[in-house]
Amino acid sequence: MNKMMKAGLAVVILIVIAAVFAPVIAPQDYRKQDVSNRLMPPSKAHVMGTDELGRDVFSRLVRGTRVSITVGVLAVLISAVIGVLLGIIAGYFGGVIDNIIMRGVDIFLTVPTLFLILMLIVFLGPSVFNIVIIIGLTSWTDIARIVRAEVLYIKKLPYAEAAAVLGFKKRRIMFGHILPNAFAPVLVYITFGVSGAILAESGLSFLGLGVQPPEPSWGNILTSGKDYIDTAWWLVLYPGLSIFAAVFSFNLLGEGLRDYLNPKLDREG
Amino acid sequence: MKRYILKRLLLAVPVLFGITLITFFIIHLTPGGFTAVNMQMDIRTSPDSIERMRHLYGLDKPVISQYIDWFGRTITFNFGESFIDHRPVLHKVAERLPATLLLNILSLALVFFFGVILGVISAVKRNTAVDKIITVFTFIGYSIPTFWLALILMLFVSVKAGLLPVSGMVSIDFDYMTLPQKIGDLLSHLVLPLIVTSIGGLAYISRFVKSGMVEALSQQYVRAAYAKGLSRKTVLYRSALKNSLLPVITLLGMSVPGLIGGSFIFETIFAWPGMGRLAYESALSFDYPVIMGVVTMGAVLTLLGNLAADIAYAAVDPRIRYK
Repeated sequence: MNKMMKAGLAVVILIVIAAVFAPVIAPQDYRKQDVSNRLMPPSKAHVMGTDELGRDVFSRLVRGTRVSITVGVLAVLISAVIGVLLGIIAGYFGGVIDNIIMRGVDIFLTVPTLFLILMLIVFLGPSVFNIVIIIGLTSWTDIARIVRAEVLYIKKLPYAEAAAVLGFKKRRIMFGHILPNAFAPVLVYITFGVSGAILAESGLSFLGLGVQPPEPSWGNILTSGKDYIDTAWWLVLYPGLSIFAAVFSFNLLGEGLRDYLNPKLDREG
Repeated sequence: MKRYILKRLLLAVPVLFGITLITFFIIHLTPGGFTAVNMQMDIRTSPDSIERMRHLYGLDKPVISQYIDWFGRTITFNFGESFIDHRPVLHKVAERLPATLLLNILSLALVFFFGVILGVISAVKRNTAVDKIITVFTFIGYSIPTFWLALILMLFVSVKAGLLPVSGMVSIDFDYMTLPQKIGDLLSHLVLPLIVTSIGGLAYISRFVKSGMVEALSQQYVRAAYAKGLSRKTVLYRSALKNSLLPVITLLGMSVPGLIGGSFIFETIFAWPGMGRLAYESALSFDYPVIMGVVTMGAVLTLLGNLAADIAYAAVDPRIRYK
């Protein structure tokens, strides 16, 4: 493990702990309004100040961690499953199947992803569930390409050819022999994918297309921050820093993992 | 070369077809899509007029023939007219195009220029303090949420310091300005959106150039160039840089969809009158013809960007042409 990976992993663990134990860590109920103390700057009672309804910003950010991490991880898992399946099928079978799948990838790479997400969100309605599904369904192309390139390489290695000669079923060779050896790059892309999904979710929530109030998310706290940008800097600074810290640490972890698993990552194409 | 271009063009056809297919079916088959809006009109609407509406928009025909109709019109760039202001979609998109192109082309140029410089410095001064500072900067660059950066910049540069306009593309009195004033006004409105659009791509490209340079510097031909007695400068810029720039061309082509689609978030923040904001506004008001037009046009622009990148790559690297 290198330094980058350790630092990234440490923050990621902190964030996950915050997400899991949100109710214990938050000093106050994230829903409790106190209009007489609205828009209070950071103080001993409210370390990150209060919002326009007098709710404790720190408690809301801690609660928001839960949403962001859930969306990030679930969305990436969906895209990883789709990407790995399509990538392995395209790489292993080749020919017409490969061609069809890769043209599909081309199409998804050409439609601006955020337009696609925007369209789907508006039609299906904004909710945490829909965001997870939509981000998952629109971000599998990178993983599919990486896995395909890996599989193309691995299937020519002696052990994979031996497995084929021994008459193993195709499914067993694909998932039992090839996939475990193609896992390193998948892991790296999953890590980068989480930060991408967190960014997408917070951006959408910021525009009112993601997590809906009163449920707090880093993005939608920033929305009210935008309205009070002149008077309440803490409503802009802290949610943004939270998003940044999460994205930064997942990127750091991904980068560290990439170096750590390096010999397996030199084949792209 | 001609054969290569022809081949790339032919490959673009099925992709274009697929794009129209996806756009159409998302809009027509999702709950809340095209059909639903026309069905849930006012409760007092008579079944008769609903029927007339459905007939007007061709919704009484099977989905497949609706698609064929729409596709037939789309390939001639006829996207119909907006539900909201009944202006032709093509006009609405066309008037937003200059703002989007201006911002994106300038941003691409900035990203490319500074990305290459930072990448080369980082590679040449590898493992020194300079390299580390650039690495940290690039890491921050692609982790920072751009909409947050936009807010922070607006707060400090425009609101607190009053140095630059807060939002929009031109000032209200733009029409009454002289030409130099107009250019100055436009530029001052461009600064913040440009910084925000470029920072992520800058980080990405400079990292890419760095790893390409590091690799190129360890190649035989670089050693051969040194052995020949060429100066360090010549070797760096003539031999190593040229080769490590090749993949950047592809990367530039691939960043086009992100620039067009990704812009809707801060186009909204900066009130920049581009395609992204048009997509956002029309999606929120369920203006289907406009959404379909914007998405299709965005995809066509992307396709053109990729095509241009492929051709540029083939032009500078003969190996690609003969594959």
